[in-house]
Amino acid sequence: MDTLVGITGKDFVITAFDSKAVASITLMKTGEDKSRELNSHALMLFSGEPGDGVHFSEYIERNIKLYGIRHGIELSPKAVASFARRELADSLRSRKPYAVNLLIAGYDVKTDKPSLYWIDHLASSVDVPFAAHGYGGYYCLSVLDRYHRQDITEEEGIKLMQKCIQEIRSRMIMSMPDFIAKIVNKDGIRLVQL
Amino acid sequence: MAYNGGAVVAMTGKNCVAIACDKRLGVQAMTVSMEFKKTFQIAPKLFIGLPGLATDVQTLAEKFRFKANMYKLKEERELEPRTFAHLVSSTLYERRFSPWYVEPVIAGLDKENRPFIASADLIGCLDFAEDFSVSGTTSNQLFGMCESLWEPDLEPEELFETISQALMNAVDRDCLSGWGAEVIVITPDKVITRTLKSRQD
Repeated sequence: MDTLVGITGKDFVITAFDSKAVASITLMKTGEDKSRELNSHALMLFSGEPGDGVHFSEYIERNIKLYGIRHGIELSPKAVASFARRELADSLRSRKPYAVNLLIAGYDVKTDKPSLYWIDHLASSVDVPFAAHGYGGYYCLSVLDRYHRQDITEEEGIKLMQKCIQEIRSRMIMSMPDFIAKIVNKDGIRLVQL
Repeated sequence: MAYNGGAVVAMTGKNCVAIACDKRLGVQAMTVSMEFKKTFQIAPKLFIGLPGLATDVQTLAEKFRFKANMYKLKEERELEPRTFAHLVSSTLYERRFSPWYVEPVIAGLDKENRPFIASADLIGCLDFAEDFSVSGTTSNQLFGMCESLWEPDLEPEELFETISQALMNAVDRDCLSGWGAEVIVITPDKVITRTLKSRQD
């Protein structure tokens, strides 16, 4: 099962996901992007049923982008999370629900505040200082409970993410070769080297 | 019902009512958030507490807000607690064979400022109470605490102390609830909301 981690700081959100693409017990490739940029300041990470994640996140992405084009104003991270939650909640009680877990990392350019939304496959959504999905969560949530502060800088955020991944690699029996990390801040979304 | 955990309790006092909830959201034993409140304001003197499956808590909170707003716009008057209880009941019974997994508790003052509390099961069977209503994964413990602490005609401050102690001591015996609490006391002239720190384990 794939691992997603997100941490908010003073003026940014750092997210990371393992880049494995797995079919049954076979590792098909590494370097798989399990995230989509919903707009200039909102990033969605997904895990769960392969296919559902890509399909659902791209559906959300295109609707969020369409909203931006139509209205000439981008949705705030909170609005993005509400929209995604409602789409997932409606799908939950359909014939074939999407089985996806999401993390939505965003930076609100109006209030200058970073935010992170944890949404599970049942469409429960919460605004949290840090969050994780998958088995990795069992290892890094305790690390984050101990070391996370609300006022950490980007460098400290990267260090903290490395600490989490270190914990996952040393304690989890599954091999976690490479993680991809992305930061969302006032300048937008960028890839970072861990 | 026990997937995310949570507890809600409501009590009547003398011309006042109180409703309280814990703030935990978890996935079985793993705590995800300590800021997940389960009570929602419907009208100036009317609240609903929704413990249960978190996704349905959120969906129904939105649904009830919408329905209460539509009622106010159409009727041009405030929604009465008893009316709202029946609205909740029919909303839940609409989904008789694929229910919303929530057990709501309703607390409010009616237009004569008489206390009103009620609870419902997941398919909308109403239960009106004169003393207290409990719901959520901590309901057994809450029944015990309320049974021993509650007495008739409590003043707002006494009621606050009673409901807070009942909730905090109940959730300490439940792994799936706790991590902070919110208490709302409704009196004829004001609504007092307080956040309790409580044990963080």
